[in-house]
Amino acid sequence: MKKYRFLIARRAVQISILFLYFAANAYGWSILVGNLSSSTLLGFIPLSDPYAVLQMFMAGAVISSTLVVGALIIFIFYAIVGGRVFCSWVCPINMVTDLANYCRRVFGLNQIQKKQPATRKMRYWVLAISLILSFALGVGAFEFISPISMVHRGLVFGMGFGWAAIIVIFLFDLLVLKNGWCGHICPLGGFYSLISKFRVINVKYDNDKCTECMKCKLVCPEKQVLFMITKETMPVLSGECTNCARCIEVCDDDALGFFLKIDEKKAKEIDNENN
Amino acid sequence: MNNNNQKQKIKIEKISEGRRKFLNITKSVGIAVLGGFIWSAYVDEVKASSIVLRPPGALDEPDFLKTCIKCGMCVQACHFRDSNVMKNNDGDITGARPPTLKLAKPGDNLPIGTPFFIARDVPCFMCDDIPCVPVCPSGALDITKVSRKVEKEPEPVLDINMAKMGLAIVDTTNCIAFWGIQCDACYRACPILDKAITLEYKKNERTGKHAYLEPVVHSEFCTGCGLCELACVTDKPAIFVLPLEYALGKAGSHYIKGWDAKDEERLKNAHSETTTTKISEKSALDSLNNMDELEDLY
Ligand code: SF4
Ligand code: SF4
Ligand code: SF4
Ligand code: SF4
Repeated sequence: MKKYRFLIARRAVQISILFLYFAANAYGWSILVGNLSSSTLLGFIPLSDPYAVLQMFMAGAVISSTLVVGALIIFIFYAIVGGRVFCSWVCPINMVTDLANYCRRVFGLNQIQKKQPATRKMRYWVLAISLILSFALGVGAFEFISPISMVHRGLVFGMGFGWAAIIVIFLFDLLVLKNGWCGHICPLGGFYSLISKFRVINVKYDNDKCTECMKCKLVCPEKQVLFMITKETMPVLSGECTNCARCIEVCDDDALGFFLKIDEKKAKEIDNENN
Repeated sequence: MNNNNQKQKIKIEKISEGRRKFLNITKSVGIAVLGGFIWSAYVDEVKASSIVLRPPGALDEPDFLKTCIKCGMCVQACHFRDSNVMKNNDGDITGARPPTLKLAKPGDNLPIGTPFFIARDVPCFMCDDIPCVPVCPSGALDITKVSRKVEKEPEPVLDINMAKMGLAIVDTTNCIAFWGIQCDACYRACPILDKAITLEYKKNERTGKHAYLEPVVHSEFCTGCGLCELACVTDKPAIFVLPLEYALGKAGSHYIKGWDAKDEERLKNAHSETTTTKISEKSALDSLNNMDELEDLY
């Protein structure tokens, strides 16, 4: 159980959020109305996807004040807790890609395909292209193809052929590229990676406790961010870390854990005072 | 000697490193450009204006497509509007009829995620309080398009009769009223009774003693709600709503209604322009009677 505590918490959060949206449209609840693109919390707090609003801005739309406020709230929230907390704690696609990744491990597919043929920088390209296309076409370009919105809208408002998006992503991640969608292509993940630079919640690594079992790197969906494992004691600073905490819970030796950046600053100050 | 060798090796490695980088960058750029093309072609295709009815107060289609964030709050508001829900004695919602508005799903062949309605399935019931419009966070449903100033009221008040979701068109070949059979289903279904649809009286010359009562739609009043389309008795509705872009023509600014004082105003600022061509140099009669040029024709 201890090995899955964060995983269970994440699934619980993901599914609860989905259910609140679903219940709004199915039973008329008003706790969380709308969908991940834009919603109203408790009937008066606006929330909006800052990346979607950015695309609208590039497309030349007049952005309403509600959207600006909503996007700011979300932006500030994720800038503080870490942008990709969205990926691991909210996004419905995360459940699909995590399942694909789990199947890869179970079926030993990772042994067959050791070398990853694509770069994880691709998502920033996709992000850039989406903004250019939004400008050129006059509509939010990613919003028209986003499997995230498609699946989420589908679960809330009715699926249509939206199932196809789930299956395509699942098979792509399972058979073509490990962590293919979330770790390489998704521009929303890229966007949230970029705004994560100054987050206060980080994973920290303690080299002295580490027994070099490498379990963390096996489960991490963004294992390039764990480059310091077996090398040096330092926090995981890359914005690409999703704060999913899988590494923390699989570590038997307590070498990984969360820390708050504010804590560290305080600790340093105290240190300085003592000296 | 040894040292030299090593230096050379490092140099070669450096070159191949640089080459690899170059090749990688070229590859990425190539994929990016290719992907960008496919992507833009797809988006261009799906946003190509389709025949679709939008909620009340929607911006013009191109602006609507860039402004709507696809949140579905209008759909939710329409679904759970007071007139559409069943409640138990405690006032809790126990169920709701299908909403007018839907969000386009993959497979609907419409710009994905945007709200629309199909009048012959569920038309817009033209709620007085227009629940779908004020909830729109993006302004894609523009409240100013469905509200007007009223005397003594400080704020503009909502007026669903200002909505322009589309325009009803009568297929006069298949509407049975045009055959001389008595039917006024659409006329009676219309919430803007006797304004948006009127029945025009005409004598039936075939029988000599009956009348035609033909439904005629008036675009200045019709909101495009589609209640008539749902009410129509023919197998496939003979009255149906089309988006204004498809239902309306355009006369061009050079036509002026001389009998309409307001339209006549436009003439005030008009300026005329005379173009003289070779033929129009002479009067029309002269040019017609010009034997020289006529001869040229033979
Ligand atoms: S480093 Fe840990 S918390 Fe970050 S993505 Fe990897 S497993 Fe998750
Ligand atoms: S006005 Fe029409 S679209 Fe809006 S809530 Fe009422 S029935 Fe639905
Ligand atoms: S409420 Fe507005 S932004 Fe949301 S789906 Fe409807 S029209 Fe689009
Ligand atoms: S004519 Fe038809 S579409 Fe127009 S307002 Fe009347 S019922 Fe609605």
